[in-house]
Amino acid sequence: MSHVRYIDKTREYYKAEGYERSYEWAHFEAIPFTPFAALGKPLAECRVGLVSSGDVVRRDIELPPDDPRRLVYGLPADLPVDRFQSRKAAYDRYATTLEDVDSFLPLTHLHRLAAEGVIGGVAARFQVIASEYSQRKTLTVDAPEILRQMREDGVDVALLAAV
Amino acid sequence: MTFGCARDIVESCGVPRFVFSDFPLGNPTGRPHDPDSQCAIVRLGLDLLVKATAPGTTVVSPYEWSPDHSWKERVFTKAQPFLDPEATGKWLARKEHYRELREQGQI
Repeated sequence: MSHVRYIDKTREYYKAEGYERSYEWAHFEAIPFTPFAALGKPLAECRVGLVSSGDVVRRDIELPPDDPRRLVYGLPADLPVDRFQSRKAAYDRYATTLEDVDSFLPLTHLHRLAAEGVIGGVAARFQVIASEYSQRKTLTVDAPEILRQMREDGVDVALLAAV
Repeated sequence: MTFGCARDIVESCGVPRFVFSDFPLGNPTGRPHDPDSQCAIVRLGLDLLVKATAPGTTVVSPYEWSPDHSWKERVFTKAQPFLDPEATGKWLARKEHYRELREQGQI
């Protein structure tokens, strides 16, 4: 069976729920692209950054109250993944779980690949971005903050795990 | 390089490089408690990172969630509300709060 058509499915689902206006999914005609060769170094020397939309929080510290602005935040990437958990509600809770952090935030594997010399290293922080209905916020607030943090951490290449 | 499970959404948006797993929403980097396949998917992404020659390149993960694909038919149906009532309430409250913050010029 082919993959799920989420755009069509959500349109029908929320229309049936009584929402009159369909959500407009992000769509760009032009897609940015940087060839890997432009970095001028091999992957084995690259520091890898990671972004998650999985509403990841630490288990081992008390969380501050929810900030309604839902800004990007960085968390230390060198902690074992069992120190983290996802608070995300928007996933297929009937078919799967978010119990195994590496299934949506592959820090264990990135550290292993760094130890094997496949990548140069893992950035000190990974970034958590909230799932937003505002594309404007994603573009003008969240993305620049991720870029700022990644530059501060000397990231060469970035991975996004979209939950 | 993007890992994801919603192929149509990611491809409609357009990203430079995409590893698609035909899995339920939630596990873009592999099946839970299956570290070998998780690591293989991460390797696929790193390989694509290096080898892609054009934007919008999708690589499909070879891993199948289950021989039974019926989960796909049940996604976003009345029988399986996507968010539970508590999450729906939070979502609506967040949307309203966000609208207020925006009107106040705080975001």
